[in-house]
Amino acid sequence: MVTVLVPGPLRGEVGGASRLTVEAAGSVGAVLDALADSWPRLARRIRDEQGELRRYVNVYVDGEDCRHAGGVAAPVADGAEVQVLPSVAGG
Amino acid sequence: MPTLLAIGTAKGLFLATSPGGRGWEVSGPHFPMTGVYAVAVDRRPATPRLLVGMTSSHFGPSVATSDDLGASWAEPEQAPVAFPADTGASLGRVWQLVPGGADAPDVVWAGTEPSALFRSEDGGRSFTLVRSLWDHPHREQWGAGFGGQAVHTVLPHPRDPSRILVAMSTGGVYRSEDAGESWSPGNTGIRAYFMPDEWPEFGQCVHKVARDAGNPERLYAQNHHGVYRSDDDGRTWTSIAAGLPSDFGFPIVAHPSRAGTVWTFPLVADSQRYPVDHRCRVFRSADAGDKWEPLSVGLPDEPFHPSVLRDAMCAGGAGDVYFGTRSGEVYASRDDGDSWSLVAAHLPDVLCVRAAEV
Repeated sequence: MVTVLVPGPLRGEVGGASRLTVEAAGSVGAVLDALADSWPRLARRIRDEQGELRRYVNVYVDGEDCRHAGGVAAPVADGAEVQVLPSVAGG
Repeated sequence: MPTLLAIGTAKGLFLATSPGGRGWEVSGPHFPMTGVYAVAVDRRPATPRLLVGMTSSHFGPSVATSDDLGASWAEPEQAPVAFPADTGASLGRVWQLVPGGADAPDVVWAGTEPSALFRSEDGGRSFTLVRSLWDHPHREQWGAGFGGQAVHTVLPHPRDPSRILVAMSTGGVYRSEDAGESWSPGNTGIRAYFMPDEWPEFGQCVHKVARDAGNPERLYAQNHHGVYRSDDDGRTWTSIAAGLPSDFGFPIVAHPSRAGTVWTFPLVADSQRYPVDHRCRVFRSADAGDKWEPLSVGLPDEPFHPSVLRDAMCAGGAGDVYFGTRSGEVYASRDDGDSWSLVAAHLPDVLCVRAAEV
């Protein structure tokens, strides 16, 4: 079981929730797959249709940027906290 | 009948309504902080449907619909437009949404970046990739311009459901005469000065194509340098730029009912993307491009520098014409462009406008 922290701009997709619990672990991809099963519109805000993380969305696993640990293949242990954060971008 | 003007901008959708034909009320931004490159008003249903293609720089592209003129919006849980896994491609943005013909009331077309055509059979809630165009052997040679590589124009033939035309930058015009089963380039006569062979079969940078409503075999194209007319549904093209102050620009719009009337907004050149003479002027032809006249009554007199993008000019159903600028002003004319008035100012960059009586 993993806790997913949802950023403010995406909470409208999950009824305002800031934290979700999903029955998945193993990798960031597996956690996002589980998110997609229950909240597909939330999941497609985070990954594109080929499963790649969107360029300006960051995912941290227990505080570590998953892009530095294999991207969607980055390991996620049972009980981990996965935080989704939009990056600082735009004009 | 009230006019609805949908204004897609770099930071959301604005909806302008003119209930009695006097003055405008503007709501928005809808879909704040998204780039709205595509808007359509589908008037085939009993209640008009708005379709919006928006792209968040963070959270990606999507399509939403409204059946109450923008009071509420519906966006499917599953991505409305998505490339199948085997293509390896991901949707960059939806550049064009076009309702199909009256014979197919639930069909909506979407032109996308990367260059592809999608078809919806449920009024725009979900779309399927048109494989025949995606699998075209030319596709690997289609290029990308500054705005990306996209199918930005989709023109179903209004009287012949087997015919449809698309245009892309770069790549040029492609036509189907078998309802999208197969596609052939339709660029004969369009010059591509930026290529070693300046008259290639394909590879042109067509900025926008418009179909003449009075004579649907006739089309107009604003090219990356070059303004053209086709009298054979896009097979061959001839220049109609001689009467214009410049052959560069992005939009070209045909009158919704009167044959031969067309508007454009010339810029100096590829390397000087300013209105000609830094004056805000629309150019109109009433004879299918043989002669052109500038239109500026009611438009700013002072030096004017912003451009008008390819979908940021449109015509309504009754001789009303609209355009929006990259500096966030939108102008309207109710007399074919003879005179203009301001609809809205201080908006974000205007990317597209579409008008309909609702």
